Amino acid sequence: MEEYASIFVKAVFVENMALAFFLGMCTFIAVSKRVSTAVGLGLAVIIVLGITVPANNIIYNYLLREGALVWTGIPALASVDLSFLGFISYIGVIAAIVQILEMFLDKYVPALYASLGIFLPLITVNCAILGASLFMVERDYALGESVVYGLGSGLGWALAIVVFAGIREKLRYNNIPAPLRGLALAFIITGLMAIAFMSFAGISL
Amino acid sequence: MKKLRDFLDSKVEPLFHKGGKYQRFYPLYEMVDTIAFTPATVTKGLCHVRDGLDQKRMMIAVVIALVFPLAVGLYNIGLQANLATAEAGLLLSGWRIDVLAGMGIEFAKNTVLANFLYGLLYFIPIFLVTVAAGGLCEVIIAFMRRHEVTEGFLVTSFLIPMIMPPTVPLWQVALATVFGVVIGKEIFGGVGFNFLNPALTARAFIFFAYPAEMSGDAIWVAADGITKATPLGIAALNGVHGAGGLIEQGYTLQNAFVGFIPGSIGEVSTLACLLGAFMLIALGLGSWRVMFSVFIGMLLMASAFNGLQSFSDNLMYEMSPLWHFVLGGYAFGLVYMATDPVSSAMTEVGKYIYGILIGILVVLIRVVNPAYPEGMMLAILFMNVLAPVIDHYVMESNIKKRMRGYGRKRIS
Repeated sequence: MEEYASIFVKAVFVENMALAFFLGMCTFIAVSKRVSTAVGLGLAVIIVLGITVPANNIIYNYLLREGALVWTGIPALASVDLSFLGFISYIGVIAAIVQILEMFLDKYVPALYASLGIFLPLITVNCAILGASLFMVERDYALGESVVYGLGSGLGWALAIVVFAGIREKLRYNNIPAPLRGLALAFIITGLMAIAFMSFAGISL
Repeated sequence: MKKLRDFLDSKVEPLFHKGGKYQRFYPLYEMVDTIAFTPATVTKGLCHVRDGLDQKRMMIAVVIALVFPLAVGLYNIGLQANLATAEAGLLLSGWRIDVLAGMGIEFAKNTVLANFLYGLLYFIPIFLVTVAAGGLCEVIIAFMRRHEVTEGFLVTSFLIPMIMPPTVPLWQVALATVFGVVIGKEIFGGVGFNFLNPALTARAFIFFAYPAEMSGDAIWVAADGITKATPLGIAALNGVHGAGGLIEQGYTLQNAFVGFIPGSIGEVSTLACLLGAFMLIALGLGSWRVMFSVFIGMLLMASAFNGLQSFSDNLMYEMSPLWHFVLGGYAFGLVYMATDPVSSAMTEVGKYIYGILIGILVVLIRVVNPAYPEGMMLAILFMNVLAPVIDHYVMESNIKKRMRGYGRKRIS
């Protein structure tokens, strides 16, 4: 139980996807002009990460890693190492799951589907999603840990984008120097936020 | 005085107005002029609340409130140097001692005046560098953007030297000040538009950029060759009551409260910060809501850790709320940093949430983060980042409440 809490807190604050690894920057900056849309996108990322990281964990552990195919019982497959197929499998899984999720939401939760709109398909190409799967493989998480890690890193990313959108809303009517308006300032704000998030760096539970 | 004013108005000022000979230098003229005189521009319409409080008066009042912790801090620099050298059997030398000797004061006698002047000789270079670097940035940017130089930097120029350790290298002060003023404030449109406190941004910048110089034991006592950890550093290693802990090393709640402990220049005295807090609250400049809730948050979190101390071998768990209150930059941050009217939460409910979370985070960082013994700066910075979102949701819930109160449906 304690290690799950530790993974979760680490994923949310200490190793924040957006502000410690700077992953998913394109959506982070593009979709953060209003708090309400940022919340929608954040929710979508939490859901997608919460599903894809464990899904990729299963695929890695039962198909790709060296010796993963032992369960088939075929001796010739016992020592096969398919981990070179990692990238393509993970991104394929992510794309497929996002598609399925989209169809599911469209059918059963149309309100959420409408509010997420274009962000849901966009998430396929969000590098925070693929990044989380790759970190999961690198750190050798078990299935339970990968569920916690997926939800935690999603929550961390969502927190970052909502806070970022809040700041951008506050700054909307500022007399910002012309060369810095828009993207340039967005990058500087992200950097300053990362400084503030460094208060958690080094926490070990 | 009237003659001078008339002369300025008729002869000098037109030169700086549009079309005048020196119109480019108007910001500079305006800055110097309004230091001595009240501005001539006044509100003319009827729909304004008239109040004698303008930005300049407010900033000067805050600076006066800052004098209390500064005075104790300056005396403390000398005191700490004297105590440490006496303990080590050293005799200090250097230009500061020579200056004091030139005035006929023997530093090693540990008198109030000698200690205070010694501290002043440490503070003045840092202060001058801050004012020069920050002021230069302000003026250059005012020229580039053709607006007037505002008074916002006045408070920042006192805050930055006060949160530096006494022996900080001056070039780092300059660099930090430029970062704080330009990146922390000016690029967002100047005073009142920033979302982080500029002084804390400056401090965080050198804290993370020069960890070797800005943390550790060598910087807190203003005497060459003497290393002494801050009380929080000691507590993080050895705890409060145990062997090698705070109490065994001779720290008491009383001297920590008055401010006779090693630390940054202005942060040491909780007592003086409280005096400043009363002044700010009485004048209506600092928000008592923020101060109160920062205290409550700290109280809750520290008590929670006290209750849990048997479950952990982390020695910081045993530090009582009182110790948290008197050590490090807690009181200074609570009074002067957390209440910054620009970067704190704006809504009344938001201020409570903002403050309580600062209090919780300070204790959290101090206790569970072994990387940083002190957490006040980082806690306030973090909550500065969160404040706009807090405000957003408080306002949204207020709007919903009003809508319900008037029995109307939300118009989208």
